[in-house]
Amino acid sequence: MIEIRDLHKYFGALHVLKGIDLEVQKGEVLSVIGASGSGKSTLLYCINGLEVIQQGSVAVDETDVHAKGTDINKLRQKLGMVFQQWNSFPHLTALENVALAPKIVKGKSRAEAREIAAKQLAHVGLGEKLDVYPSALSGGQQQRLAIARALAMEPEYMLFDEATSALDPELVGEVLDTMRLLAEEGMTMICVTHEMGFARDVSDRVAFFHQGVMEEIGPPEQIFGNAKSEHTRKFLANVR
Amino acid sequence: MFDYNFHWRPVMKSLPDLIDAALLTLQVAVLSMAIGIIIGLCLALIRLHMKGPLYWFATSWVEVARNTPALFQLFFFGFGLGAFGLHLSPYLIVLAGLTFNCAGYLAENFRGGFQAIPETQIRASRSLGMTAWQAYTRVVIPQVFRIVYHPVTNQMVWAVLMSSLGMLVGFRELSGETQFFASRTFRIFEYFAVTAVIYYVIVKIILGASRLMAARLFRY
Ligand SMILES: Nc1ncnc2c1ncn2[C@@H]1O[C@H](COP(=O)(O)OP(=O)(O)OP(=O)(O)O)[C@@H](O)[C@H]1O
Ligand SMILES: [Mg+2]
Repeated sequence: MIEIRDLHKYFGALHVLKGIDLEVQKGEVLSVIGASGSGKSTLLYCINGLEVIQQGSVAVDETDVHAKGTDINKLRQKLGMVFQQWNSFPHLTALENVALAPKIVKGKSRAEAREIAAKQLAHVGLGEKLDVYPSALSGGQQQRLAIARALAMEPEYMLFDEATSALDPELVGEVLDTMRLLAEEGMTMICVTHEMGFARDVSDRVAFFHQGVMEEIGPPEQIFGNAKSEHTRKFLANVR
Repeated sequence: MFDYNFHWRPVMKSLPDLIDAALLTLQVAVLSMAIGIIIGLCLALIRLHMKGPLYWFATSWVEVARNTPALFQLFFFGFGLGAFGLHLSPYLIVLAGLTFNCAGYLAENFRGGFQAIPETQIRASRSLGMTAWQAYTRVVIPQVFRIVYHPVTNQMVWAVLMSSLGMLVGFRELSGETQFFASRTFRIFEYFAVTAVIYYVIVKIILGASRLMAARLFRY
């Protein structure tokens, strides 16, 4: 379980997250929506400790992410993350991209790491591309490579930061399908997304962020059909 | 009108000595590059990540190395330090001068290389549980290595050619040795023509080896 309590985040004087309280249960799929600059990416970075926080707490399976004594590198193995910019490692083949972290972070043998990598690449539909360098992959394929790379660490949670926003429209589908597949397999997921169809069909709950505040959270039917907050209704009217 | 008679025999007789001197040239160039790479890397990282006196020290080094004649830099380690009673051997003067110069140029190449790697590559690596050190050594540096590979090769060539300044501080590397023989035999043209060919061959070998290695190293 991910437990966020009264989380405040500042960039200098800029108050980006203003007291977020949120719990995500094992097996749940949560979509996070909201306007640009509302703090969605920052929230994810605070969950896996890529950003420090100024107040409140984030706990993953009861381990405090931001406590001094926490082994953050170990904790991050539980928290796979996929970025808007897919960030493949250009100097490594698809297989090496995925095998790298299991090998050097988890200490798996080379053969074991490659086996895991091949399995995860097949999982996301890249079983034919093992020895290809990222430069020869499409954006959609690189994003699926990034998903496979995260999955190879056998995470218990997956954080998606607008995984499809940088993709050409015709490539969005294949990545959403992969995310859907993960959801069906029971992965716990927090998905920052602009894909309202995905948020509605796949998530258990949807959270709407507005200027650093979580305005509203609830099942998709509530957010998309019967939003309580004026801001939520306005935002959704604009994106449709 | 053109009544100079070429005499190649003296040059051919001293060819073994010239080859020895060429090896000395290569040695001082390789050494200054090896040390220059380490110092250049430090200077680049200091300029990227630090403030205060260290930053200013590194920046001054780079500025002076790149914006003053290499010959003056050599003279500094020769006559400059000499004026303060610190007398280096000709070999050390050339080594120090070349190293100073190469480190300055390499530092800028490295800095550009590091800046070309998006910050998000580090974020992605860290999100997989890598330590900062692992992210640097396994993800960032291999990419920087490729970016700076050709500039470093060029710098190596430059170091070989620049070492010929050694003859002006009394170092008998290839040019110094050539000068020595030429002034003894007065076959100045012949000596420098042959030496030019030797430099040319050395440079071509470096470039060829570098190309071969690049083809093996970089498959992406
Ligand atoms: N490293 C940083 N330094 C300073 N300000 C930052 C930094 N990262 C984000 N911000 C600011 O924090 C605010 C929230 O940014 P964040 O990226 O979390 O928004 P977002 O909801 O993900 O938006 P988008 O939909 O555009 O990705 C923005 O005003 C942004 O400019
Ligand atoms: Mg964002």
